[in-house]
Amino acid sequence: MAEDRVLLSLRNVRKWYSIRKGVFGKMVYVKAVDGVSFDLERGEAISLVGESGCGKTTLGRTILGLEEPTSGKIIFDGREIANSDKKLMKWYRRQTGFVQQDPFGALPPFMTVKRILEEPMIINKVDKKERQERIYRALTEVRLTPVENFLNKYPHMLSGGQQQRVVIARAIILNPKLIVADEPVSMLDASVRIEILTLLKELQRRHGISIIYITHDLSTTRYFSEWIFVMYAGKIVEKARVEKLLKNPLHPYSRALLAAIPDPDARNRFVFRELPPGEPPSLIDPPRGCRFHPRCIYRLKGLCDEKEPPEIAYEKDHFVSCWLYAQER
Amino acid sequence: MGTLQAVDGVSFSIKKGEALALIGESGCGKSSLAKCLIRLLPRNVELFKGHIYLDGVDLMKLSDEEFRKTIRWQKISIVPQAALNSLNPVIKVGEQVAEPLLIHKSIDKKEALERVRELFSLVGIPEAFVDRYPFELSGGMRQRVMIAMALIMNPEIVILDEPTSALDVLIQANIMNMLKRIKKESNLTFILITHDVSISSELADKVAVMYGGQIVELNDAENFYSSPLHPYSQKLMASVPSLREDKQPEYIPGSPVSLINPPKGCRFADRCPFRMEKCSEEPPLIPLKDGNYVRCWLHAK
Repeated sequence: MAEDRVLLSLRNVRKWYSIRKGVFGKMVYVKAVDGVSFDLERGEAISLVGESGCGKTTLGRTILGLEEPTSGKIIFDGREIANSDKKLMKWYRRQTGFVQQDPFGALPPFMTVKRILEEPMIINKVDKKERQERIYRALTEVRLTPVENFLNKYPHMLSGGQQQRVVIARAIILNPKLIVADEPVSMLDASVRIEILTLLKELQRRHGISIIYITHDLSTTRYFSEWIFVMYAGKIVEKARVEKLLKNPLHPYSRALLAAIPDPDARNRFVFRELPPGEPPSLIDPPRGCRFHPRCIYRLKGLCDEKEPPEIAYEKDHFVSCWLYAQER
Repeated sequence: MGTLQAVDGVSFSIKKGEALALIGESGCGKSSLAKCLIRLLPRNVELFKGHIYLDGVDLMKLSDEEFRKTIRWQKISIVPQAALNSLNPVIKVGEQVAEPLLIHKSIDKKEALERVRELFSLVGIPEAFVDRYPFELSGGMRQRVMIAMALIMNPEIVILDEPTSALDVLIQANIMNMLKRIKKESNLTFILITHDVSISSELADKVAVMYGGQIVELNDAENFYSSPLHPYSQKLMASVPSLREDKQPEYIPGSPVSLINPPKGCRFADRCPFRMEKCSEEPPLIPLKDGNYVRCWLHAK
């Protein structure tokens, strides 16, 4: 069955936060994630790309079960995860790993590397001998070798790149099927970035782990994932295979993102980049119709500002939510 | 314990109106170099010597007080790293930007705020924002405020220390557009410090690559981005992921050299693919055109 290839399915997932405006004001909702659907296949890596505040981190946390979705379905390995009971959640947590942005903040400062890696296995009742073996294996896999040199170190004794390796080792120690990596390299140096991303890629290939790579930096996605999902103001506006999106971005927002990133070239200093005006909208009261329309130079009056664009299959493995590509408007 | 040689024997010159990019990995001494230029050094400085000439005057001969009164912020200003959190949360941004004017020049507040408004429109902030508090501004706007503050005294040199590294790509591109426009329209000299090679190419006429507290290559942008000479520069360029070309980025094996007891000879030698016997001796500065140079035995005749 083709369905078996799919590891994770999201169907119309929403995550709204309620806040009260003023002490006696009415409740309003921050629509951080607003109707996201996609399938992630086993062993596949996708990049979730967007600016700060577009909801990509919230989506990642919702997928991990760290946030309860307001509505929608999250199906993992055939099981419904959203709003499920504690037992299922415990099973689900074993299937998933999380790599955060700030490795130092993600590691308890008072624990040694050995203890940090042991913790999830103690909670999940892995026996002692097995624990030792797994710690050695995980540290070797993230290339913190010789292992003995790192076991008794505390996080502050390690460099940023090494700390991030420990975070990754912890994420894989329970042999998960899915890893969510939220800006895993944005706090690291350029050359270390490539090293860490290469490492994640190897783990994905070797163990068939699916990866959701959350980033604001399109330039690192191409070497790392099969798909790119572009997110804007709580919605995914374009989904495509990496080469297709980079060669032929369809959504005006994806185009802007691509145009904003330079490749090193001495001519860059004479070139002014064309950028959409303004800043992303408030997620409390997002614009009607297409959320990008106030900043879009191609907007169709009476359509883009009125009706929400449907998701259009432009070609194989390339979907866009934009009225410009609709056959019938 | 020991002495950490953050910046060790650095020489370069910039022409008026030029932009120099200082690039390198964290800990290579680029921010320390900036602090030397504007003399905002930490208290535990063991040694600070050499010559810094501005318009032919040796700034090192000035006392700290003279430097504060006549150079810092008036001739050389800086947009510090993590500038987003450098604003005082309880003072309106317009007043914060006006502060150097009120201290150094005897003009009244109204006039000073007028000048702030002019500057705000130059850096792309709505003029009405002078009355706002920092928390009311987005990250991109706060960064523009910091840039306005650096420009307020009409300095000759503005040092930008990682001006866009905490910002989103579109805001980053927007700020680079703004800096390019200012550079084109004024005669300001920029020193741009960044670890992002792509961003450096957005402004730089000249590039200085730092490694282990030294400049290992100083080159014109045209030459540098197409054919860097020092092996470290080449590795750094190869580590840049490309959006448009299909090349696999590489990482630089090993870790940066310790600045406490740096090895004799070339500091990059341990990580260098072209290492020769000679590299255990201090490499000479090989002069290139226009006062540029590369610090590497490979290029010695």
